[in-house]
Amino acid sequence: MSSFLEKVIGPRVDQSELEKNSLTYGAPGFLLLIARVLLLVSLFVPFWHMELVAPQYPENLHLIAYVTHLAGDVAEIDSLNHYIGMRPLEEAAQIERSIGVYLLIGFVVLLELASWIHSRWTVLLVLPVLLFPAVFLIDLHLWMSYFGQNLDPDAPLSNSIEPFVPPVLGTGMVGQFKTVAMPGLGLILATISSCVILVALFFHWRAYAPLVKAQNAAKKAEEQP
Amino acid sequence: MALTRFGSKLMLVAGVVAIGTASSVMAQSISDVQKVAKERGLSTQDLIAAAMTYTPTGMKDEYVIMSSGGHSGQVFVIGVPSMRLLKTIAVFTPEPWQGYGYGAGNEILDAGNVQGKENRWGDTHHPALSETNGDYDGEWLFVNDKSNARMAVIDLRDFETKQIVKNPLFINDHGGAFVTPNTDYVFETAQYNVPWGADYAPMSDYKEDFRGAVTMWKFDRKKGRIDVDRSFSIELPPYWQDIADCGKLESDGYFFLNSINTELATGGIGVEGQKNPPFEAGVSMNATDYLHIINWKKAEKVFQAGKTVTIKGMEVIPLQTAIDEGLLHLTPEPRSPHGVDVAPKGDFIVVSGKLDPHTTIYSFAKIKKAIADKTFSGTDEFGVPVLDFDTVVEAQVEVGLGPLHTQFGPDGYAYTSLFLDSAVARWTLGGSYGSLNPEPDWTLVTKTPVHYNIGHLGVAEGDTIDPDGKYLVAYNKWAVDRFIGVGPLLPQNFQLLDISQQGTHMPVIYDMPLGIGEPHYAQIIKADKLNPWWVYPEIGWDPHTQSVDPWAPRPKMERVERKGEREVEVFMTAMRSHFTPEHVTVKQGDTVKWRITNTERAIDATHGFSIPVYNITLSLEPGETATVEFVADRAGTFPFYCTEFCSALHLEMMGYLMVEPRD
Repeated sequence: MSSFLEKVIGPRVDQSELEKNSLTYGAPGFLLLIARVLLLVSLFVPFWHMELVAPQYPENLHLIAYVTHLAGDVAEIDSLNHYIGMRPLEEAAQIERSIGVYLLIGFVVLLELASWIHSRWTVLLVLPVLLFPAVFLIDLHLWMSYFGQNLDPDAPLSNSIEPFVPPVLGTGMVGQFKTVAMPGLGLILATISSCVILVALFFHWRAYAPLVKAQNAAKKAEEQP
Repeated sequence: MALTRFGSKLMLVAGVVAIGTASSVMAQSISDVQKVAKERGLSTQDLIAAAMTYTPTGMKDEYVIMSSGGHSGQVFVIGVPSMRLLKTIAVFTPEPWQGYGYGAGNEILDAGNVQGKENRWGDTHHPALSETNGDYDGEWLFVNDKSNARMAVIDLRDFETKQIVKNPLFINDHGGAFVTPNTDYVFETAQYNVPWGADYAPMSDYKEDFRGAVTMWKFDRKKGRIDVDRSFSIELPPYWQDIADCGKLESDGYFFLNSINTELATGGIGVEGQKNPPFEAGVSMNATDYLHIINWKKAEKVFQAGKTVTIKGMEVIPLQTAIDEGLLHLTPEPRSPHGVDVAPKGDFIVVSGKLDPHTTIYSFAKIKKAIADKTFSGTDEFGVPVLDFDTVVEAQVEVGLGPLHTQFGPDGYAYTSLFLDSAVARWTLGGSYGSLNPEPDWTLVTKTPVHYNIGHLGVAEGDTIDPDGKYLVAYNKWAVDRFIGVGPLLPQNFQLLDISQQGTHMPVIYDMPLGIGEPHYAQIIKADKLNPWWVYPEIGWDPHTQSVDPWAPRPKMERVERKGEREVEVFMTAMRSHFTPEHVTVKQGDTVKWRITNTERAIDATHGFSIPVYNITLSLEPGETATVEFVADRAGTFPFYCTEFCSALHLEMMGYLMVEPRD
């Protein structure tokens, strides 16, 4: 094994040491397992939800975003949006939605790997997962900006509306519609997952940092004649 | 500001005018109520009635009346207790708002053509909700046309007429529609008799050639259609068969039908040399007429055994066969009867004769025993056995003048309309119903005047095995002085009565004018039994077949296709606020098959579609597809447009049909 790879993987723990301090060494792995489960569940539940409130719609219009697809009153929202020249919602985030499943499975694999690695490289592996909720919201915001600011000038009501960007979380106004955007269960689970990963990293550091230190010290001692 | 302007426009885009819902929150008290009552001259009783019926915006009704529309040829749907008209259903009569008979629905109306002639009106009389185990199931509604003896089937998923069948044997019916407890059959009985198929015969041959009959239309619930091939009729004496009712529970398998004109009067006043009395006298001479007791389950077996003759294309059990097989018995009933109504348990049959102040109650157990024991007082002049009156009668109750129709409450009360008294009578049943109320059995409890000249009445679910009581509606003729004048053709008056309390308290609590004619019977169903669609299930739905039309135009597949030298097919979609394609160009003389789909899914996104000159108007509810065919024989420029206020840009939802002259 090359020394670099060895360095990445980090020190292994003896069986006897493992049995003696099973909680210390087990905690980070267990927490990362919880994070994986949370991510897997989030795949099946809505990530984000927007409610459009107007007098004509007593039950409001709903737009629901999953990692993989859009749901709710997409057709009705599209049919209203055509008046102001907004693109059909299905055209938004097509790549993101098509790779959503693989992305999340990739995240699960990364977390799996991270729990086998006992070095600071772990941080690098979990970083994409850690940032995922924030990236999701930023991506959503960018798409909404793009859609809200690139209206078809030839649309029936195009000269009656100025470009707009509804807030990605919280309430806004578009025409007579009040928009109420809130995180879905999926996004909440993903965020909890990120928090759990942070805690896992702490325990990871507490368990393996001394070992890495010891290993490095031993190596140093070896190198010095 | 641009955004505000957009706001006000988009508000209309969805097609609904928003009414401010923020009611002023003011401290109000009972003294304010008293003030209003004083100003308007309302009594405490009026205020209670208002509280019982007033239905604020958004509150839904508890019951729904399905009312015949008489010679409007329609059916009315009315909420109870608000007494608001919710819908009219076009049945025998074209109706432009529903797009019925102006390009679409024509095949349904055409099936009701009579001897090849278009009859574009009907006289709807007795609607019948489909039943399961003797209780309304809210799925189908049947209604007869008295004027031409036709039966219609209405699907309660979309409240639209799906089928009209013409009775080939007779030209006039009254006793219909009545369904068996599981809606296996829908009954229709002849009234003003004619020779089979309304062929010609002189009046002098009345007894020999004129025929009475009852038709049992087989209903195929899966297909939602009357199956004409599995339907049959039973020949009856040429009395005027009148209203009927199906047996249930104890009397399941039987059908009760009363009759007038057992005198076989043929009328004829005003004809030189004619000595007969007028019908009104001739038909009312006998002290009794005949209640027909028909064993329909046995008749079905006789039909299936092939003991029928084919007349005018229909299988008919001849009168003699009906007698020989024991399908038909008669028993006397007070003269000129009108209503016959079976009590909830099926054990009593209540008959009211308009010229007799009593209701007569027959016991089904006694009828069954008399048939088994052959306790006949003789036969009628056609050989039909007549059960002895005294042997089968349970009781007679004096209720008032001109009793017509009876329905039932849950607490052992029966309610009978009194035409001459212009009142509703509450009286008690006996037998096992007797213990349900404090009054003695078979007695009149109270009468409430109604305004005016009541015909039928309806109690909530009052002709099922499980009546609800609570509300009674008097279906009155002519309001006379109840409303402000609107010309000599007066509205009818549906009056709501509160029957929730036992005893003599039975007040009128609401008047509903009906400026459309002329309701006869109506049934009142619990609203939660109805489960209609809000939009059609899928885009491209053909309401006639209740399935997706494979030819339905779909988005991005719109086109005008020339199919031949003189044939063009249009595939069009409708969506707020445009038709695609917007220009349709054909040549004069082309036969145009115009298919159009409303691709909307929103519940208020109905589009109309109309073409001038060509007499075409359609209603396309969300998801609906329709096909209209016409010959473009007039060259010219024809703007077609959406007739429903569908959106803010509704006026812009139009296009042009260009018919190029052929040279």
